[in-house]
Amino acid sequence: MTTYILRRIVQSFVVVIFVTVMVFLVMRLLPGDPVLMLVTSGELQEFTQEQIDALREELGLTNPLYIQYVDWLRKAVSGDLGKSLLHRYDIAEEIKRRLPVSLHLGAFSFIIGITVGSLLGAISALRRGKWVDMLVTVAANIGITAPPFWLGILLIYILGLYLGWLPIYGYTSPFVDFGKSMLQSIMPIFCMSLFPIASTARLMRSSVIEVIQQDYIRTAWSKGLNEKIIVIRHVLKNALMPVVTMQGTVLRNIIGGSVVIETVFFVPGMGLLLTNSILAHDYTVVQGIILILALAVVFSNLVIDIIYGWLDPRIQYE
Amino acid sequence: MTMLLKVEDLKTEFKTERGIVKAVDGVSYDVNEGEIIGLVGESGCGKSVSQLSLLRLIPIPPGRIVDGRAFFEGEDLLCMKDEKIRSVRGRKIAMIFQEPMTSLNPALTICRQMTEMLELHLKMDLKTAKERSIELLEKVGIPDAKRRIYDYPHQFSGGMRQRVMVAMAISCNPKLIIADEPTTALDATIQAQLLELINQMVQQSHTAMVLVTHNLGVVARYAQRINVMYAGRIVEAGTVDEIWEQPAHPYTIGLLQSVPKLGAQAGKKLVPIQGLPPNLINLPPTCPFLPRCRYKSRECYREPWGELRHLGGRHYVRCHLDIRGEL
Repeated sequence: MTTYILRRIVQSFVVVIFVTVMVFLVMRLLPGDPVLMLVTSGELQEFTQEQIDALREELGLTNPLYIQYVDWLRKAVSGDLGKSLLHRYDIAEEIKRRLPVSLHLGAFSFIIGITVGSLLGAISALRRGKWVDMLVTVAANIGITAPPFWLGILLIYILGLYLGWLPIYGYTSPFVDFGKSMLQSIMPIFCMSLFPIASTARLMRSSVIEVIQQDYIRTAWSKGLNEKIIVIRHVLKNALMPVVTMQGTVLRNIIGGSVVIETVFFVPGMGLLLTNSILAHDYTVVQGIILILALAVVFSNLVIDIIYGWLDPRIQYE
Repeated sequence: MTMLLKVEDLKTEFKTERGIVKAVDGVSYDVNEGEIIGLVGESGCGKSVSQLSLLRLIPIPPGRIVDGRAFFEGEDLLCMKDEKIRSVRGRKIAMIFQEPMTSLNPALTICRQMTEMLELHLKMDLKTAKERSIELLEKVGIPDAKRRIYDYPHQFSGGMRQRVMVAMAISCNPKLIIADEPTTALDATIQAQLLELINQMVQQSHTAMVLVTHNLGVVARYAQRINVMYAGRIVEAGTVDEIWEQPAHPYTIGLLQSVPKLGAQAGKKLVPIQGLPPNLINLPPTCPFLPRCRYKSRECYREPWGELRHLGGRHYVRCHLDIRGEL
C-alpha cells in the first residue's frame, strides 16, 4: 500500500512536469507577444526598439527556451511563481488570494454533485419505471447536454435581470457577508454542479440496477433483512464503486468548467484570472495557474484511487 | 412425524418477450420435520424457481406467483405480509445457493454478513453475535476462524465460501434448509466433503432439508424421499427405495441410467436421454417428455398430460404407462 502510494506520487510529479512543459511551449507558440501587449497597453507613449529589447531582456524572454523553463521550474519548486509580465504582481500571492474563491465554488459543486447525483441515481434505480425514475432520467440527460455557459447566461437573464431575484455577478466571501455570499454563489454553483449531478446520477442508476440483480442481494433477502438495510449496507457500497472511479473525470470537468463559469459570472477566482492572462499573453501567470490546477487534478485522482481501494476490498495495491 | 411444509399447486410464471414461461406449473409436495427431500431434474425444469417462490425471492416483475399455497407451520407463506415473511426468511427457512462465488457480498467482511442475521433474528448484540459466528465457522471446518472471520469473500476458495454459506444457513437454527444445488459449482472431492458437512449439520439439529440437485446419486445417499421434476411439474415422487428399485416414469429411468455406477462393467457406456428439455413457452397439452421418451405409444399423442397416479406406498407417477422397474 505504501509503495503503491509512493509510486503514484512519483508518477503524479512526472505528469505535472509534462503538463508544465506543454503549457510553457504552447503559450509561446500562440501568436502574440507579451512585450508588445505591455508597451501598447499603457500610456500612448512611443517606445523605441531599444527600449523594447531592453524590456525583453529584463523579463528574461531573450534566454533560450530551456533556460527560461528551468529557471521558472527552479523558482516554482521553492514556491516562487514569479511576477506577472504585464502587471508586475506576485503570482503566488495572487493565487493565494484567488484560490479560496475557486475552491469555495468548486468544492461545493463537487460535494453537491456526488451526494445529490448518487441519491437521485439510487432512488431512480430503486423506483425503476415509476415517474421519479422518468423525471430523473430526463433531467439527467438535459444536465449532461446543456452547456454550462449557455445555462449561465440563461439564468442571469431569467433569475437576475428579468425576475431580479439573484445578483448576476461578483463574489463575496462567506466570512465577510454570509447572506450575500450565498445569493451570489447559487447560480455559479448550480451551473458547475449540474454536469456532476447528472453524470453521477446516470451512472449510479445503472450501477444500482446492476447490483440489485446480483446473487448476493438475493442472499441478503433470503436472510430476512429489510429493504432499508439491504439498500444501505449491501447495495450502496457496491454500487458506489464505479461512481467513485468516475469522480476523477467529474473533478477535471469542474476545474475546467470553473474557467468558463467564473468568466460568465465575473467571479474573481483562478479561472477568471486564467482567461484574462491567456488573452493577455501573460506567460508566467498562465504557467503558475496551470501548475496549481495540474497538481489539484493529479492528487485528487490519487485520493480517489485510495478511496476506491477502501470501497472495494478486492483491489490490491501491489 | 409432523408435517412442516405443505406446498399445494404452486404455479410461477415469468413474462418474457417471447411469451409467458410457466416455470413452475402446479407443484405439490410436503416436507416433514427433520426429513431430507431430494428435488431432482434437469437445468431449467423449475427446481430452483419452485424453491425461490416459497420465500418469495423471485424477481417480480418479470416473475409472478400465479397460484398455490405453501403452508409452513400452518401459515401460508405465499400470502404472508412482507414483514412476516422476512421473519421466516433466514430464521425458520434458510437457503444455501448454488454459486458460492457470487452469493456472498464482495464488499463486506464475513463477520458483517454472518452477524447481521444473528443480530436481526436472535437479537444478539454484536459481541455475542461475533463469538457465535466464530463458533459456527469452526463447526463448518474453517481453520483459524477467529482471524478469518474478518476476511472478505474473495479471500476464500469456492469450497470455503460454501462452508461459510452453510454456517450462515444454520446460524439461526432454522426448521428447514433449502439447499439449491449447493455443490454444483464445486469440484468432485469438495462436493463430497460439503455434502457430508451439510448432512451432518442437519442431522445434528434435526433440521429438515430440501436438497435441490440434478445428481440422483447425491439424492439417493442423503434423502429419504425424492421428487423428480420435468417441465415445471413433478413427474414422479416416492421414497428413495421406491424410486431406486422401481422407477415408474420414463424420465426417471433415463436419469437413473445416466448415473455412473461403481462396479459397472468396464467400457460399458452410459445411456443418455436423447434430445433437449422442452421450451416452457407454449407447451403442448400432451406429455412434454413425449419427444424424448423411449416407451411412447400412439396413445401418448392422444392423451393430455395426466395427473399424478398412486402406485402404492408413497409412490406417485405422472405417466399412464406401466413400465415399473424396466431398467
